[in-house]
Amino acid sequence: MGISRLLSHLLCACLLCYAGFSQAQVEDTEAQKLLTALAESSFAQKKAVVNQIAESGDERARGWLESFSSNKLARVESSGQFIIVLENRGRDWTVESALTGENLGDMSRRDIDTVRVNNALRNEIEGILSVIDLKSPDEANRLSAARALKGSVEGTLAERLPELIDAEQSMSVQAALTEALAIFNVEEQGDVAAVATLAGSLNSQARAALQQAMRSDNAELAAAATDAMASIEQKLKLNRAAETLYFGLSLGSVLMLAAIGLAITFGVMGVINMAHGELIMLGAYTTWGMQQLLPGQPGLALILSIPAGFLVSALAGIAIERTVIQHLKGRPLETLLATFGVSLILQQLVRTVISPLNRTVITPDWMSGSVMINEALSLTLNRLYVIGFALVVFAGLMLIMRKTRLGLEVRAVTQNRAMARSMGIKATRVDILTFALGSGVAGLAGVALSQITNVGPNLGQSYIIDSFMVVVFGGVGSLWGTLLAGMTLGTINQLLEPWAGAVLAKIMVLVFIILFIQKRPRGLFPQKGRAAEG
Amino acid sequence: MSINKLVKLGLCALALSISFNSVAAEDPIRVGILHSLSGTMAISESTLKDTMLMLIEKQNAAGGVLGRKLEPVVVDPASNWPLFAEKARELLAKDKVDVIFGNWTSVSRKSVLPVIEELNGLLFYPVQYEGEESSENVFYTGAAPNQQALPAVDYLMNNIGVERWVLAGTDYVYPRTTNKILETYLKDKGVAASDIMINYTPFGHSNWQAIVSDIKAFGNAGKKTAVVSTINGDANVPFYRELGNQGIDAADIPVIAFSVGEQELSGIDTGPLVGHLAAWNYFMSVDSDANYDFIDDWVAYSGNENAVTNDPMEAHYIGFNMYIEAVKKAGTADVDAVKDAIIGVSVPNLTGGYATMMPNHHITKPVLIGEIQDNGQFSVVWETPSTVAGDAWSDFLPGSKDLISDWRKPLFCGNFNVVSGTCGGQAKAAAQ
Repeated sequence: MGISRLLSHLLCACLLCYAGFSQAQVEDTEAQKLLTALAESSFAQKKAVVNQIAESGDERARGWLESFSSNKLARVESSGQFIIVLENRGRDWTVESALTGENLGDMSRRDIDTVRVNNALRNEIEGILSVIDLKSPDEANRLSAARALKGSVEGTLAERLPELIDAEQSMSVQAALTEALAIFNVEEQGDVAAVATLAGSLNSQARAALQQAMRSDNAELAAAATDAMASIEQKLKLNRAAETLYFGLSLGSVLMLAAIGLAITFGVMGVINMAHGELIMLGAYTTWGMQQLLPGQPGLALILSIPAGFLVSALAGIAIERTVIQHLKGRPLETLLATFGVSLILQQLVRTVISPLNRTVITPDWMSGSVMINEALSLTLNRLYVIGFALVVFAGLMLIMRKTRLGLEVRAVTQNRAMARSMGIKATRVDILTFALGSGVAGLAGVALSQITNVGPNLGQSYIIDSFMVVVFGGVGSLWGTLLAGMTLGTINQLLEPWAGAVLAKIMVLVFIILFIQKRPRGLFPQKGRAAEG
Repeated sequence: MSINKLVKLGLCALALSISFNSVAAEDPIRVGILHSLSGTMAISESTLKDTMLMLIEKQNAAGGVLGRKLEPVVVDPASNWPLFAEKARELLAKDKVDVIFGNWTSVSRKSVLPVIEELNGLLFYPVQYEGEESSENVFYTGAAPNQQALPAVDYLMNNIGVERWVLAGTDYVYPRTTNKILETYLKDKGVAASDIMINYTPFGHSNWQAIVSDIKAFGNAGKKTAVVSTINGDANVPFYRELGNQGIDAADIPVIAFSVGEQELSGIDTGPLVGHLAAWNYFMSVDSDANYDFIDDWVAYSGNENAVTNDPMEAHYIGFNMYIEAVKKAGTADVDAVKDAIIGVSVPNLTGGYATMMPNHHITKPVLIGEIQDNGQFSVVWETPSTVAGDAWSDFLPGSKDLISDWRKPLFCGNFNVVSGTCGGQAKAAAQ
């Protein structure tokens, strides 16, 4: 109660500069009237009603506006009673009274009329609420409110902004508010002095204001704006370049993750496994399954799916190896066809057993959104995590292949099977373990991919071609080659995409690989020595 | 002996023919269902198969039609376009179905079309499409471009004040044709070529970073910008996810989609997408009793409390009821009789109005614009004051603006050129 009362006072302070007192709570009949007006007027008229509600000083106003803007303010069809919807999924909704806050239990969708809202109103309410948040004791709240103000400052607020700026303690909030005010001054007043404040700003609203000023009749203003824009353009170009590089690395790490399991099964063992994509898919479905098992804890489920995804795919890999691949040793064409069959079986299995529809994998909070470097450059968090994860997986694999007994045995068996066996290495066991390792890593890729793409029966298909492309380009059998190839292809693709379009960019990358393979048939990092001859 | 035998034979024959006749009278009407149950399109099409089974079950419970039961014949064309044609032939020639409900993608419809016309079948096609087609044997219960794309653009232009346009689509026939129509339409309305950005991506595209960042840059030029999306299928999920991650807010750059419905949204966390738009002729959130009844039926049939309904399902609901009405009106399930009878038939739609079959084999539909909400549903923010009749041949493409379609006699032509006064080849020799 205390907080909402405080908020209502702040609301009055902000919006009702002229009101000498705040009435804690308007009469319920009055409230009913306001809400009825909100429900019954057209979108154009609703804006005025929203402001009336904000100015009413009622302590419930913020709650009404918030639920209205999230489409949760509603009216009972029969009685006209206003309600706030707490849970709006399914056919029965949990509701409470908007006036008394009394929980009314479940109500059928049929009996509820939602009070309609649209983007413009949502924006208006966000503006009103951000003015309130400017006085929030929490600095982060003030900062985001100040940022939201850029480009949406209006007359009355502009008059009061200077004093708010003076009173502000935090430098960054102050800067944001100054910029918001400067945008208003350039846009509405044609203030030349304010242009200087905007020089170097990467905010899109600031750019819009400057572009408008450049077209103005006032020669001095236009010249100042043109200068300011030139410096901004320079900065923007750098940011765009950094962004493209980031996009390239992030696509590259996805390609590398998808391919690195294949680099082991195809590269090291020489098995053409067309079901590799489906092993990735299994990893992604494991993530989904984990999240079903641990509802409400998507983050924990995601972390647990890392070992689980590895295990599931590794076991599936062992099953494929034992039932199909071992019987087709040294017959690549038959292996290719058989594993292609396996891939179709796995896809249809998922379709029949789980569903042909895509499954929702929830992205945990700490993975959504982006880190803002500056206002023109933000790095999306999910991609950042995937880049990190890919590098960790790569390092782990390198460690296994170089430093462990298994790695040594794998290398021995692939170099000379007969010799390795005569040295007492159980070649069959090594085969199984290697295939399990490669498949398990595919599962890990699936866990990561579940965060950036669809989890559905076709997930694997879209990555199998790319995976082979990366492995062949990097040099069959070389993990370093796979890393470098993934990153290179990712970056080339992202460089080409903006001006060639996604379809053409993909074709150009393929043509590039074909030409490259003509020149260097063994890829970037060809295997040397006798092993390469076989 | 021989006479005796003859009489016996004659009696036998009589008895046989009588019993055969009586069987024929109780013969069920066979309804072919041609939707992919496997492959990439299964995600969208398998629900339509279930919708049809539900509608048939319900009709049978109400006594069928003309005293005959309906019998579904389900085949699986497996998202394989040539297989669609083979399965359609199987349905018509082997299973002798009276009508087919099916197809999703335009390319599958194009593949089926010659077979349906050759064997004189009936096809109800339930998905929004690019227009530029009118067949004697096909009934288009989805939206034509003038029932979805053009009103949506009008809404953005007049109600939101959009001046700069990104037309983003998947690289195949429907988005390309729709965008061609939209481009001409926008230019007619005075939008400069530099204010239109067109972008195509392959099916299932998942790496949207560069394109979304491009859209962001394009939208930061000081003019109100909107994205008109004909991106199809599951490529939408990573697209919307990227929009959310890069912080593109619906208040700044709204995205209006023509292929994203409740079904597609069920695969995404819609929290960051609130306010982005979609244009359809039906939303699950529509407030009408017919709709609530349909949802109750669907939940009961599918056994899933959270099952969603969508626009193509409504199209099948309308198409199926129109077929039933036409069979009643014709008094028979004979293809030619039904084809004649169905023109002008009106049945209730799910949004509280009526849908009428027009002479060009398209139907009348209301156009609704909805904003995405956080529960994966749409909230209707705008609708056309009355229903809009589907236009088979767009007025905004140079090759088709003079064409009309009218399957009533005496015109009986799917592509009649009003300037030259001739029927462009497609018409069968019906006038003879």
